[in-house]
Amino acid sequence: MARLAEAIMEYGTEVHAVADAEIRKLRHDPSEILTRAIQPAIWLVLFGEVMAQVRGITSDNGRYLDFLAPGILAQSVLFAAIFYGIAAIWERDLGVLHRYMVSPAPRSALVLGKALSSAVRGLTQAVMVYLLALALGIDVDISPVKLLGVACMIALGSGLFSTFSLIIACIVKTRERFMGIGQVLTMPIFFASNAIYPIDIMPGWLKTISRANPLTYQVDALRALMLIGGQSKFGLAVDCLVLGATFVFLVFIAARLYPRMTT
Amino acid sequence: MLAPPAIFPIETHGLSKAFDQNVAVDHVDLQVRQREIFGLIGPNGAGKSTLIKMLTTLLPPTSGDATVAGCDLRREARQIRASIGYVPQLLSADGALTGYENLLLSARLYLIPRAERAQRIREALEMTELTGAADRLAQHYSGGMLRRLEIAQSTLHRPALLIMDEPTVGLDPVARTAIWNHVRGLRDRFGTTILVTTHVMEEVDALCDRVGIMHRGRLEKVGTPAELKAGVGPSATLDDVFMAIAGGDVESGGDYRDVRQTRRSASDHG
Repeated sequence: MARLAEAIMEYGTEVHAVADAEIRKLRHDPSEILTRAIQPAIWLVLFGEVMAQVRGITSDNGRYLDFLAPGILAQSVLFAAIFYGIAAIWERDLGVLHRYMVSPAPRSALVLGKALSSAVRGLTQAVMVYLLALALGIDVDISPVKLLGVACMIALGSGLFSTFSLIIACIVKTRERFMGIGQVLTMPIFFASNAIYPIDIMPGWLKTISRANPLTYQVDALRALMLIGGQSKFGLAVDCLVLGATFVFLVFIAARLYPRMTT
Repeated sequence: MLAPPAIFPIETHGLSKAFDQNVAVDHVDLQVRQREIFGLIGPNGAGKSTLIKMLTTLLPPTSGDATVAGCDLRREARQIRASIGYVPQLLSADGALTGYENLLLSARLYLIPRAERAQRIREALEMTELTGAADRLAQHYSGGMLRRLEIAQSTLHRPALLIMDEPTVGLDPVARTAIWNHVRGLRDRFGTTILVTTHVMEEVDALCDRVGIMHRGRLEKVGTPAELKAGVGPSATLDDVFMAIAGGDVESGGDYRDVRQTRRSASDHG
């Protein structure tokens, strides 16, 4: 029992080591947090305000901006997380990755450390989007329980998509190829989800794809947690289960592929 | 986390690595003794880096066996990682972190007990004369400072064996001498065994107890610098020894990627 507790402590130390290094880097150069806030602002202010004039997007008579805000929150986190792969390739090219790979830290601890730092980055994004949403008069629920729920969903989604991105990086191996494929992947993940329109208005084939898209479940949970009177379509338990299981599966795959980057 | 006592910190038997049809390392039998500084030399593409990647567990061998720090290379990779230190040729210190933060990262990755971390980091900074620069971002360090930081971060856990891939490439003579002194200091103070690859014959003469010469994936000769020189002629230099083995094929190896890596590493540390 004591051995097990010790092993868990050690594992935690190594996950923390990786995440803490990433967070310190963000602290040294926090300008990224501000520049990353520009994109959600454009979506909410330009896209959102125009689309709000179109009737019939949301079935109930809710305001479109309210519908859109959780989707844009998920999107900004997704777009930040998807660049973790390119950072991984960058670290490999520099040589920094070698130092992680020759350390005794289990590979899954290294992957989880990266996922955790992505979660923290996602949370800073979330703060910016919340400020934007409040400024735009969106009915944001700021009760502590709901905020905690949103934080958990952001962390989970951010970890999930950064790990997905890491897997892609392990497969394509070069920056040039990743740049190409990163664009090709993020757009379908974003558009084939319920982020900016409800699944109900999609054609049948797209509905099927959206139901298999983890982003859909993240946005669904965020709609229930972020807005006053927000509703979840699938239920929070289903959302958490789908996201959690996908994340564990992706960490497992990434831990196997990650060491191949330094061969 | 000390490894069980081994007679040879590195011992390989017929260790080989092939990429498709290309044999990069060809049946290498190598024994590195305790507390020695062993130099591995050879032209570009001779297989030095591939051999080191296998010894540091980054690359699985195609055939052959090896024990590193007393552990089996195939079955005990994690124990090996815990008991060796590795300074890659490429930049392994993170430029976006300070010197102190780089060391803290290593202290945690190598599970140095929390109570000892501060003390170890302070000692490592003193030994590498980086105390004054500890809170500056590593990207503002000079090439020599970066190398010293990289050695510090890979020896923080007091490894029994330190492996360095061309540690002085791109450094000026003063910085190079400082690295040599530090490496000797590690051996004298902690009894660390050191394996180093290099192109610089002066480095071999100044630093290494024994040398192995690699050519086309094979370990052609092993001996003290004096033995190897005597084997070629009365007034031979190590360059002559090198030419006697690797001469003939001027363009012996080194593809675009090798050249790019070496040049970039040299400019990163220069």
